Amino acid sequence: MKIKSLVAAACMALAGTAALADGHGGKVKVGMITTLSGGGAGLGIDVRDGFLLAAKGNDMLDIVVEDDQQKPDIAVQLADKMIQSEKVDVLTGIIWSNLAMAVVPSVTAQGKFYLSPNAGPSALAGKGCSPLYFNVAWQNDAFYEAGGLWANENGIGKVFLMAPNYPAGIDGMTGFKRTFEGEVVGEVYTKLGQTDYAAEIAQIRASDADTVYFFLPGGMGISFMKQWAGSGVEKNVMGPAFSFDQGILGAIGDAALGVKNTAHWSKDLDVPGNADFVKAFQDEYGRLPSLYAAQGYDTALLLISAMGKADVKDTAAFQAALEEADFQSVRGKFSFAANHHPIQDIYMREVVKEGDVVTNQIIGVAATDHTDVYGADCKM
Amino acid sequence: MTPILLIEQVLNGLQSGIMLFLMAAGLTLIFGVMGLINLAHGSLYMIGAFAAAAVAGWTGSFTLALAAALAAAALAGCIIEMVVIRRLYDRDHLDQVLATFALILIFSEGTRWLFGSFPLYLDVPAALSGPVRLPGGILYPSYRLLIIVIGLLIAFGLFQLIARTRIGIQIRAGESDREMIGALGVDISRLYTIVFALGAALAGLAGALVGAIQSVQVGMGEPVLILAFVVIVIGGIGSIKGALVGALLVGLTDTLGGVLLPLLFGLFMDPSSATTIGSALASMSIYILMALVLLFRPTGLYGRA
Repeated sequence: MKIKSLVAAACMALAGTAALADGHGGKVKVGMITTLSGGGAGLGIDVRDGFLLAAKGNDMLDIVVEDDQQKPDIAVQLADKMIQSEKVDVLTGIIWSNLAMAVVPSVTAQGKFYLSPNAGPSALAGKGCSPLYFNVAWQNDAFYEAGGLWANENGIGKVFLMAPNYPAGIDGMTGFKRTFEGEVVGEVYTKLGQTDYAAEIAQIRASDADTVYFFLPGGMGISFMKQWAGSGVEKNVMGPAFSFDQGILGAIGDAALGVKNTAHWSKDLDVPGNADFVKAFQDEYGRLPSLYAAQGYDTALLLISAMGKADVKDTAAFQAALEEADFQSVRGKFSFAANHHPIQDIYMREVVKEGDVVTNQIIGVAATDHTDVYGADCKM
Repeated sequence: MTPILLIEQVLNGLQSGIMLFLMAAGLTLIFGVMGLINLAHGSLYMIGAFAAAAVAGWTGSFTLALAAALAAAALAGCIIEMVVIRRLYDRDHLDQVLATFALILIFSEGTRWLFGSFPLYLDVPAALSGPVRLPGGILYPSYRLLIIVIGLLIAFGLFQLIARTRIGIQIRAGESDREMIGALGVDISRLYTIVFALGAALAGLAGALVGAIQSVQVGMGEPVLILAFVVIVIGGIGSIKGALVGALLVGLTDTLGGVLLPLLFGLFMDPSSATTIGSALASMSIYILMALVLLFRPTGLYGRA
């Protein structure tokens, strides 16, 4: 018996080395730089937890996680440290577009892969694209363009736009206007980090818009929705999912009910693997996953799928393996466009109450096989 | 812009000014009496909001939540005064800034450790959740009206406290000459603890009141802290009256600037650049106001030279 199991173990070990010699399945060291402290920590924690959930028990992955504190300079230092002293093969984790712009070009210039689990600035999808950069989440404009398409099809004619006065806010509204065919009756850009929206709500009330479409991430969206509910203004509310995701719905409460928001994922999305992901995430962390968690999870699945096909040291082969996107995304069908950004469906979700929990439910498809407009500028 | 909309915006400006006053009053008292720059004042605001959210979650009562916010912030104020701040009075301002900045980090990460990274839920009481109709047909959120009323009552109470009570006399005396009131037999360290706790309680109350219509999250105090510093610089450091006038000026400038400037630029520009330039200028408006005040009155509106 003992000899038998020894022989079996030896065979397995041999098989393992054979796979290594073959160029497949070598160990991969991953450096995750994400936001784990400060006001934006909820997003980074969800990306990390989703990623670690998919990587759980996989001993071919060696993962280092560091906190960038949402500061570009710290993110750059961490990336240099991870590449030079930790010798990572793949970097991932960054939440914010400004941090991604600071880190990604130098990472890819040093010949390392970068898989984006969240930020998708237009520069990296167009002129600044790189063979080693893959975006597993979305190009920044995706949810907005889908929102505009959905508005066209659902008889929304007059819209009031609102976003913080910074690049992602202005890009988002530009994305919405790119596809929206109705009339924009008002457009307000607020201070980044603004917490009081009484003045804007009064303007919206006075306008003849039938719908307010806004992008206010994190605490800004929570503040706006609570104040909106208290104002008694009766207009439709729409936006990208960032203002209505699981992490912040609990803080908005009933004030968010009925709000429509676009996303590429929802916990009730009926595709293979999604229900298992939601359940596994809840069992592991005791909370519902957010779309950031789903993105982190998919990022790890993509990486693991490529590790099965090629050795990370063979850059060209590993790039080709990543391009195949041969994994079961919790979003359903998923593939990469030529600029390494996703081709995916975007859904319209509505905020509903399930028992005591405020959460999202899919009510329709906003855009099918959506991809970004910047790919045309990408020469790689 | 209709007159009704303008009146509504003035009310909004008043309301944000009144909340700023609650923050700035404590900050200016602490600076005036003890000569201390307290960067951790925003953390007390956060503590008030988190205490209110936690108690509202357990009991469902908003009144209890407000009481808890006052108590928690005052208690936290007492503790940090006795443990940390007391050692800083004789140091120069740079040491104070460094130590109270450390307190911000400790309180932020401590709060995250206790409550997690996700924002907490705190809502206005159901009875105040809708709008009321004011004379002239203005629809205005009733909770914001309540904030204005509470703020004005507290401002009135604070002026009475400073002008008419024994502790008020000691505070005023302490502002003029710290050593002398010690020599006259006033228990200086007790007075300092009381003033610090009073300032902390006001900040905590502001945090709880505002937390119900904004987001209760780690780091919520720091943006308000910056505005509160602008307020006390405009009003004159150490002056409660200056804090009130400065807070209302900042609240009104901030709110009306955000609304009127884009409209003003719209008169002679195309709409999209008017929005962009107007919004950008509106973000700067309170700092421009501060610069103008300092240009003509270098010690602030009510500051002593």
